[in-house]
Amino acid sequence: MSNHGFPGRPSRRGALASAFGLGISIQFLGTRAFADADGGLSRRRLVVIICRGGLDGLSLSPPVGDSAYAALRGPIAIGGFGQPGGALKLDGTFGLHPSLTAVHALALKGQARIAPAVATPDRERSHFEAQDVLENGGRVAYGVTSGWLNRALEAMGPSGKVRAMSLGPTAPLVLRGKIETVSWSPGGGQGHDTRLAGILQDLYAHDPLLGPALAGGLATQSMATVVTQEEAAQPASAPAADMMATNAGGKSGGAPQARRMGTMLAAFMTQPAGAQVAAVEMDAFDTHARQGAAEGLLATRLVSLDAFLDGLQAGLSHPAGGGPDAWRDTVVVLATEFGRTARVNGTGGTDHGTASTALLLGGALKTGGIVGDWPTLAQNRLFENRDTAPTLDMRGLFKGVLRDHLGIDRARLDTLVFPDSAQVAPVSGLVV
Amino acid sequence: MTIDRNIEAAVAVTRFGLGARAGEIDRARIDPHAYLASQIRPQGADPTQDAPPTTAQREKEYAAFKEARKLEKEDSGNKTDDTVKMARRVLRNDAAGDFLARTQLAVTTPNAFRERWALFWANHFTVSAAKNQAAALVGPFENEAIRPHVFGRFEDLLVASSTHPAMLHYLDQVGSVGPDSPVAQGRQSTGKRAGLNENLAREILELHTVGVEAGYTQADVTEFARAMTGWGVDGLDGDPERAGEFKFHERMHEPGARMIMGRRYPDGGEDQARAVMRDLAASPHTAHHVSIKLARHFVADDPSPILVERLRRSYLDTGGNLSALAHTLVVSPEAWDPTPQKFKTPYEFLVSAWRATEVTPRDMGAMSAALTSMGQKPFAPPSPKGWAEEAQEWCAPDAIVKRMNWSEGFSPTACGDRDPMRLADNALGARLTPLVARAISRAETRGEGLSILLMSPEFQRR
Repeated sequence: MSNHGFPGRPSRRGALASAFGLGISIQFLGTRAFADADGGLSRRRLVVIICRGGLDGLSLSPPVGDSAYAALRGPIAIGGFGQPGGALKLDGTFGLHPSLTAVHALALKGQARIAPAVATPDRERSHFEAQDVLENGGRVAYGVTSGWLNRALEAMGPSGKVRAMSLGPTAPLVLRGKIETVSWSPGGGQGHDTRLAGILQDLYAHDPLLGPALAGGLATQSMATVVTQEEAAQPASAPAADMMATNAGGKSGGAPQARRMGTMLAAFMTQPAGAQVAAVEMDAFDTHARQGAAEGLLATRLVSLDAFLDGLQAGLSHPAGGGPDAWRDTVVVLATEFGRTARVNGTGGTDHGTASTALLLGGALKTGGIVGDWPTLAQNRLFENRDTAPTLDMRGLFKGVLRDHLGIDRARLDTLVFPDSAQVAPVSGLVV
Repeated sequence: MTIDRNIEAAVAVTRFGLGARAGEIDRARIDPHAYLASQIRPQGADPTQDAPPTTAQREKEYAAFKEARKLEKEDSGNKTDDTVKMARRVLRNDAAGDFLARTQLAVTTPNAFRERWALFWANHFTVSAAKNQAAALVGPFENEAIRPHVFGRFEDLLVASSTHPAMLHYLDQVGSVGPDSPVAQGRQSTGKRAGLNENLAREILELHTVGVEAGYTQADVTEFARAMTGWGVDGLDGDPERAGEFKFHERMHEPGARMIMGRRYPDGGEDQARAVMRDLAASPHTAHHVSIKLARHFVADDPSPILVERLRRSYLDTGGNLSALAHTLVVSPEAWDPTPQKFKTPYEFLVSAWRATEVTPRDMGAMSAALTSMGQKPFAPPSPKGWAEEAQEWCAPDAIVKRMNWSEGFSPTACGDRDPMRLADNALGARLTPLVARAISRAETRGEGLSILLMSPEFQRR
């Protein structure tokens, strides 16, 4: 069977039923009620995407023009511009992973940019700690229990309304805090995370009870998923693009569902009283083995990511319920807790590293080149002789977006949103 | 037999208890046997709440529901419909509240061996909400008939269970009338049928006391049912103070002596069946039946015969003293085998997950959905036999996927900012295997780490 579900996401039918059948919309109370008295700020939208597991920046935006790149990466190096399966060109040095066709199309319009050597202040290379720091906006893990995005809402002043949401079963730390937010996930946990299932199958390998039970259960469930999808893939319920992607075979990696999630989020954000700020989590970027290059484990995740962003962009540009183009007022920031080692490891993957790529997208983005400096991959420039060296503090990137897009002043950014960070300047020139 | 103290501490808390809360294994390590023994106390298990709802209250609510339904049928009008719905909702909320309270006790109690012991006996004397009328009575039944007696004499527990309105309703004893009783004679003249209902008598023999291996006959069952006629519930038309409580209805009782399993019981009204129960409680068959069930519940689906014999002797030597039996179990070396043989039931799984994370469940809807999806609908075992002990019953493929899905949904929030490896150490102590520890350390997120812990072979077992 070639049609694998987007991990953790159930069928499209389930998603539709949850979203439209159960009155989800009532949760997003009027947020932009106070019109345009604030100079259009209330029209601005921000989506923050947290990629968990350590997304490999050198594959997301491969520096194929960097002379050290191909040798360091060996079998997982993305090919040069113009080669089959090669990088999609951004400039003389950088391209995008070949799976990111929608992102590339936006980049050509000046609506997508990369920050190729960005890192949080954390240097421990622990997922849990690094994700904490990425999301709490502090300098150390466990230091702050609320997220910087929630505190940004606080800094924006009272609205008396719910104006932020997250996609997923629970709110990520970045959105947790004093300000009320909502979260939405399709299907109420009917899906199963293929990653967890895989780990458990390994753990159960010699378990005479649990091993066969889980294998049997998963087989039954994936059959049920296919059946539901086939049912959902009726012309009435599925956009043609989704069906084509589904029929293209196993490489779609759940792209139709991911795209659907993007349009669902866009639908939430373009309702008359929709959410202005959203947080999205994606996981399974911890590619220690068999990472692949143009195709493979990571490519599969990136296909989903691209489809999600494509759906989000399409949905915001042409709101399903009518209304004006919202994409032109939108900024999307994608970040991960850390990058991965510059060198390929012994199992065709990469291990926990330091700097990675952050992705910026949106119609509100200012045209420009890469954000921050590129330290190069020359051996003497690698951080601790293994990782991409950070040249930009993640907080500076976030601050630049929050200041210029959402109008939060520097003083609040330095104290409330990112505590004790006066020395980290907002990056200028990101937003129109 | 020398067993590592660390393993003993982990076994004490996870096998005899309900899973470790933070620091619990450390406390048990000082003296694992004493840790368990100190939880045994003559006054019984803990009530699920302070001043828990009573059977009498619930009987009145049920009567209101029946009355509303009757009116609806007669009237088929408009507003009675809502009255029925409301009355039904009251009963449903009652049962949900009882189950939630019981679960919260299990999740928070520092005396989890005591609670497991109580849950064992509640399951031994099953009353199931699968039968409508009993649904709102299961909670009061556990609090009134089971918990006070679980460390007393087995005979008292048996009588308390068999005289409780919940059991009398559940196993249809309330409608059982002696064929030659005054009530039956009176009904004959009006053309109404009245007669024996053997249900409770049979289950007392088969499930609660001697077990089928004792070799009783159908005649024994019928005779015991006759002896029990009259055991019922006080009607709501009588003394309102006693409404819904146990009552012996003299006029429903079958007159005459009974022969049960070779013994003669002269007519003694209510005391006739009590005398039967006294002998049943003292029977070596009951000693064996209870012992093998205990060993099966606490130690292994197929327990060591040595352990069963040890328990049986304790039971017989002490006249069915359940405190002594609990002490015997705790000091039996066979019960401390480091290899876990028991696969957790869904309830045990969820309770232990909540204990491991120190999360107190508050959403009955979600809990009910989860338990139902894993095959253990709250308060609703499918038969008077109660919930099964065997791993195969609970380890069905779909149920494992359901456990995985639940863990996945539960873990991110439950783990919060905590290190899943620390939770694993707290939850399993020396029972945590290197394989699982490594998998947790490699987890991509805290939530995933906790999911791996909860779904690990050692956490799924006890």
